[in-house]
Amino acid sequence: MCGVMDAVFKALADESRRKLLDQLHKSNGQTLGELCEHLDMTRQAVTKHLLLLEAANLVAVVWRGREKLHYLNPVPLQEIYGRWVEKYERHRLRALGDLKKGLEQNQPNQKKG
Amino acid sequence: MEKSEFVYVTYIRTTPEKLWQALTDVKFMKQYWFGVQCHCDWKAGSSWKLVYDDGRVADIGEVVEVDPPRRLVIKWRNEWKPELKAEGHSRCTFDLEPWTGAVKLTVTHVIDRAQSKFIEAVSGGWPKVLSNLKSLLESGTVALTEMYKSNDARTQGGQAAGS
Repeated sequence: MCGVMDAVFKALADESRRKLLDQLHKSNGQTLGELCEHLDMTRQAVTKHLLLLEAANLVAVVWRGREKLHYLNPVPLQEIYGRWVEKYERHRLRALGDLKKGLEQNQPNQKKG
Repeated sequence: MEKSEFVYVTYIRTTPEKLWQALTDVKFMKQYWFGVQCHCDWKAGSSWKLVYDDGRVADIGEVVEVDPPRRLVIKWRNEWKPELKAEGHSRCTFDLEPWTGAVKLTVTHVIDRAQSKFIEAVSGGWPKVLSNLKSLLESGTVALTEMYKSNDARTQGGQAAGS
């Protein structure tokens, strides 16, 4: 699903879109009108950015009657975290674990020597 | 009415039937739900429970709606953290929709109170559980084996979905 991750990084590579996500993080489930209130952008620009965020699955849309509500969807961010942060951290933690084990195993020998 | 709500969406390359099974087969659930055991017979009105390995009950509730392989609704309350338990019942809905070679899974977790600590707590866990579920169904292995980096997962606040 390479294309999916491309869409996520592309969506995140823009300050306005990151601001929109921050806005939803502060208050989840906002309408377009509510989002526009806090941003120095035209309604058309916000709509365009929201569509890109939706395409990247970073924003989930729920219809309540005639209202379209936008929710921050953190699942793709979790996938990025899993691939680009957690995976490398795990290696570092394992390296530290091995270092600790190695040092503790060496201790008796050092005492002997 | 005041409420707190989170909506999670993930697209999984599988069939609605397989995803439904993954959401309701308690043995399978344990693999992507960080070892937490679910007890439920998936009939409307039946009790539902999430239990830690050591036997402590994480969450309890009731099945509200079962419509395989489309919709599952659970009435859900945290059981072991007093401040979360005090917030009362939340409602968790799983919606499955076929989506060009995949299934769109939407998890909506809502409680009738503003600034809910419970919803805040589960919001840390759902992305991890769903990301694990996606990996397990698509590649046969989970992405994460521990919910939190440290060993004291439980001190961080909670149950399987992360409260």
